[in-house]
Amino acid sequence: MKSLEDKLFLNRYQPDKESHLKIINREKCLECERKPCTYICPARVYTWNPKEKIIETAYEGCVECGTCRYGCAHDNIEWKNPRGGFGIMYKYG
Amino acid sequence: MAEKFDVIVVGAGPAGISAALLTARAGLNTILIERGDFPGSKNVMGGVLYRHPTEQIVPGFYKAAPLERHVIEQRLWILDKDSAVTLGYKTSRHGSEPYNAFTVLRARFDRWLADKAVEAGALLITETVVEDFIIKNEKVIGVRTGRPQGEVYGNVVVLAEGVNSMLTQKAGLKKDRLKTTELAVAVKEVIALPKEKIEDRFNLEQGQGVTIELVGESTRGMVGTGFIYTNTDSLSLGVGALLSQVVRREVKPNDLLEHLKNHPLVKPLLAGGETKEYLGHMIPEGGYHSIPKLYGSGLLVVGDAAGFVNGIHREGSNMAMLSGKMAAETIIDAHKMGEFDERALSHYEKNLEESFILKDLRKYQNASGFFETHDYFFSLYPQLVNDAAHEFTTIDSIPKKEKQNKIIRDITSRRSKIQLIKDMYRGWRVLG
Repeated sequence: MKSLEDKLFLNRYQPDKESHLKIINREKCLECERKPCTYICPARVYTWNPKEKIIETAYEGCVECGTCRYGCAHDNIEWKNPRGGFGIMYKYG
Repeated sequence: MAEKFDVIVVGAGPAGISAALLTARAGLNTILIERGDFPGSKNVMGGVLYRHPTEQIVPGFYKAAPLERHVIEQRLWILDKDSAVTLGYKTSRHGSEPYNAFTVLRARFDRWLADKAVEAGALLITETVVEDFIIKNEKVIGVRTGRPQGEVYGNVVVLAEGVNSMLTQKAGLKKDRLKTTELAVAVKEVIALPKEKIEDRFNLEQGQGVTIELVGESTRGMVGTGFIYTNTDSLSLGVGALLSQVVRREVKPNDLLEHLKNHPLVKPLLAGGETKEYLGHMIPEGGYHSIPKLYGSGLLVVGDAAGFVNGIHREGSNMAMLSGKMAAETIIDAHKMGEFDERALSHYEKNLEESFILKDLRKYQNASGFFETHDYFFSLYPQLVNDAAHEFTTIDSIPKKEKQNKIIRDITSRRSKIQLIKDMYRGWRVLG
């Protein structure tokens, strides 16, 4: 069985230097109990770093579905399209 | 780039390409702006394309387009943990011209369709994100792209930006915050498998295809479906469920997909296959009540951005293309009149009202809300159906009358007779 990381590795990406996804207010994540972004994202872009107490954003693997934008209970993710020509490039679709 | 066009189309999916193709064919100066490397590189669907609506855009397309297989059989699997009650319809009538439906891979098909728009005279600009509108006297007169000096002016902007419809929201046509009950999250894999294996396993002849929709255990009882579609030398396998339920049950979409792939009835179909791509996408499932305002001064909204999806009948790309066509027709008329204000463009909505698009969406207007609060149609009922089938098909020398009574007892212990009748009635009200 392929892990999610293996699967994402199959995809073709043109990652930008900067993230197109932004946590708006880090304080809100501290209060967020279930942290839906860490499980609803198909590409597991968001992980909770318990040491630093922040959500880390591995935007390079983002498949641009937009699920996090609405799944975040606190409306705390600023979601933009990657710049033109960057991001996921499906071969099959 | 500060050139003026008759029509600016934002987004090269089926809706946007259709709109651009038809306005260009009518001689209107049309620009089609796509954020991906090429049209299709960002686009995802399960994979069924219908012949009839597609011919409204490109007659005879199936003779030349990159299609996978023509669908001759549609199956429905009501899935439990280790079993399925299966239904289906197979016909040779869908096996010859003009066909009914095809499986497609969007990165290939959309690219081809966009080429047709370019041949018709549309200017295609890729790798370009439209970020904002240019507004003058409360009328949209163009768009601002992410490129340097990236202003593009035009009489009408067609918003075909898909489910992530930031521009439609920015224009005030759609509310800013959609509810998680109005959206589904779906994931899919394209799994390579030799042609011959696909044809043997799915009982197909060369070029023929089958679609399987799976409800019940495929989503672990959440409101949604799984699907397996046969392509030429690959399978498209995916699963989608309402975002509200995915959030509440703390489900990881990829785990759900793996769960389906490892189902004892699904696994043998995939044996020896090699995953080629992993995809994720949202589906606007809010239906009729979630449809935004469809026009503004110099603005029209088409396809997924307009929420034109009928989840119950697996329709979306057809409504995308036909809404693109209706937008094009409205623009062509408006162009003749030289008027692009709200009143002139409101004909688009009138035409949609008279078509199956808004008629169908109105018919099922309460469906997605209903299933969200009555999700036992996706959890308990598939189990009951499978248990009953198991009891009935297992030969163990128990008299049939006793078996029947046992099935009825079993069902009514899990859902009372009154509840069952209510469910049937409510289900009928929502779907009938």
